Amino acid sequence: MSPKVNETAEKQMTGAQILMAVLKEEGVDTIFGFPGGAVIDIYDELARTDIRHILVRHEQAAVHAADGYARASRKVGVCLVTSGPGATNTVTGIASAFMDSIPLVVITGQVPTHLIGNDAFQEVDIVGITRPCTKHNYLVKSIGDLARILREAFMIARSGRPGPVLVDIPKDLTQVQTVFSLQETVHLKSYNPTYRPNKRQLEKVVQLIQDARRPLIFAGGGVILSRASGELTELAHTCIMPVTNSLMGLGSFPGTDPLCLGMIGMHGTYTSNMATSACDLLLAVGVRFDDRVTGKTDAFASQAKIVHIDIDPTSIRKNVLVTVPLVGDCRITLKHLNELIRQGKPVDDLPEKRAEWLDQIAAWRQKGALNYDQTHIIKPQYVVEKLYELTRGQAIITTEVGQNQMWAAQYYRFDRPDHFMTSGGLGCMGYGLPAAIGAQMACPQKTVVDIAGDGSIQMNSQELATAVQYGLPVKIVILNNRYLGMVRQWQELFYDKRYACTDMAHAPDFVKLAEAYGAVGLRATTPAEVIPVLEAGLSSPNVAIMDFWIDREECVYPMVPAGAPITEMLLV
Amino acid sequence: MQTEDPKHVITMLVDNQPGVLSRVSGLFSGRGFNIDSLCVAETMDPQVSRITLVTRANALMVEQIEKQLNKLINIIKVRIMEKNRAVQREMALVCVRAKPENRAEILRIADIFRCKIIDAGLEHYILEVTGDAEKLTAILNLLKPIGIKKIARTGTVALFREPK
Repeated sequence: MSPKVNETAEKQMTGAQILMAVLKEEGVDTIFGFPGGAVIDIYDELARTDIRHILVRHEQAAVHAADGYARASRKVGVCLVTSGPGATNTVTGIASAFMDSIPLVVITGQVPTHLIGNDAFQEVDIVGITRPCTKHNYLVKSIGDLARILREAFMIARSGRPGPVLVDIPKDLTQVQTVFSLQETVHLKSYNPTYRPNKRQLEKVVQLIQDARRPLIFAGGGVILSRASGELTELAHTCIMPVTNSLMGLGSFPGTDPLCLGMIGMHGTYTSNMATSACDLLLAVGVRFDDRVTGKTDAFASQAKIVHIDIDPTSIRKNVLVTVPLVGDCRITLKHLNELIRQGKPVDDLPEKRAEWLDQIAAWRQKGALNYDQTHIIKPQYVVEKLYELTRGQAIITTEVGQNQMWAAQYYRFDRPDHFMTSGGLGCMGYGLPAAIGAQMACPQKTVVDIAGDGSIQMNSQELATAVQYGLPVKIVILNNRYLGMVRQWQELFYDKRYACTDMAHAPDFVKLAEAYGAVGLRATTPAEVIPVLEAGLSSPNVAIMDFWIDREECVYPMVPAGAPITEMLLV
Repeated sequence: MQTEDPKHVITMLVDNQPGVLSRVSGLFSGRGFNIDSLCVAETMDPQVSRITLVTRANALMVEQIEKQLNKLINIIKVRIMEKNRAVQREMALVCVRAKPENRAEILRIADIFRCKIIDAGLEHYILEVTGDAEKLTAILNLLKPIGIKKIARTGTVALFREPK
């Protein structure tokens, strides 16, 4: 027990003070928020602490920023917003964090207890609204419950499969006093995630790995969340198993490793999708078999025995039937697997056993490598490739959603976890800029780049003000095709080129927009300008928008039409 | 499709708190699971309630339902009840049209099914009937031609049998 915490023991404190004390206990030093009437007492108290508060320009951005901060710092992200519209504006951010299993505590103000249910000014039932998109949520009914609930919220958010937890605090409870006392540990009798895998199941997996002739690891966001990259890499190398990643799993295995096949699924690489269909063992780690991954589930990995490791039992056998289910933390499970393999007798002919499979993969790689032709118009892939080269693959990349997201995923090769942040599950446009702000807060020394589209950047472009205000020099690469590109691509391919409501030719001048906010604005309209603009933007100490006018009708390839087997790829 | 799936009785102990029922029912509606009936009441421990829920689902769905319920923080324990290991009962109050020529027959039916007559008037009887779902269906089928004015059913409640 640190002496600092002891000072606060057994003291009369207001609800607002208790909130600050628990935030301190939980090691929170940064929160993202927006004030209002119901949280004015909390803000009054917050201003007396040394907790940094980032004032966003829209509450949705507060949640995305906390999401980016949580991913980059590996801590729980915290938001503070007021009741009513402040609370409803957080819903998209919460839903995105929920789908991507990002640990957040979202604190919303509520109208005073005696007004709840009266349709009071700025009253909304945010606990009711967010019930299906939070890991758990609370309405605090009595000041005596506040500290316990806040501690539970942090514990639930960060443990098991992480996720957002919302705590709704009525205004009167922030003002009244109670005795605040230290509580050693939080215990919930009905919440007990399984971290340790079943030993017998593990032994089966070892056997399957050793027997397999065409094994493939499929690694997802769970590997990043449980910090299992080292264990995963060891397993892949010792057992000579190639690795494919879900979008959320990019960076969990080094993107430049010879065994890395790239992303799987709708816009996955040719090699990944072919290998998935042909493998005889699919070792799925920390994934949930999203429909964008599997395509037609009947045809997915149809020749393979599937091992599925995940901490959330509901992910297992939800979309895909598996041979060996393994409920447990990815890191602990992979560690045990590595140990068992080390202890067991080595398979001496392993390289020969895998040779045919690796040859096959090399052949697919050659046939279906990602490619594009850089003509006289800027190609988006070229911009991302040059960005990768100029940042030496070291930048934290956030994305918006759509084509920009897929080109970022395909052409920036992530060698480390926590360097790629995207709204994977919810697919939430407007995520990238606030998430970049959060990531930059967590990692001031890193280059943080939001790869955006001209459509999606407009969903939260007001956050340029936040970035400039706090001196967070995030870089925004706009792949500007003056279209809502991904929808347009679907319209081109599946709707006879009827471009209903996807033409975004009427957009602001992004260079002037940047300047209006006090940021740097740069534009490239020819391929020759790409590198100079990237160099100028990346080397600027300020927030910078780099507006690249790309080929308007460039599509993301490969593409698997929705619901088709993932081997049915459109390649050009 | 849905009617072809077998029925499952799910029993769970939950925190006796506001909003817990809505977490359970919201989970079912949000994920497209169906609820045939649902009963909630306090147990001997006032902090804990028991929810008994009947759903129609195939084997994979019922597995997913059980897992999803377990994932809810306020749910302490979930079990799927195999019929032969549990006792199940449902109660119905049935208001039957009772014309003079039918009154004797209604009483006979009530007797066969060991119902109680809990309200009687010139034009009606209200019957209290308790039993498993099949028994209720059987008596309702007999009463239907006579004329059921209105009905209130509790839905199934169930308990695992104790070891003999």
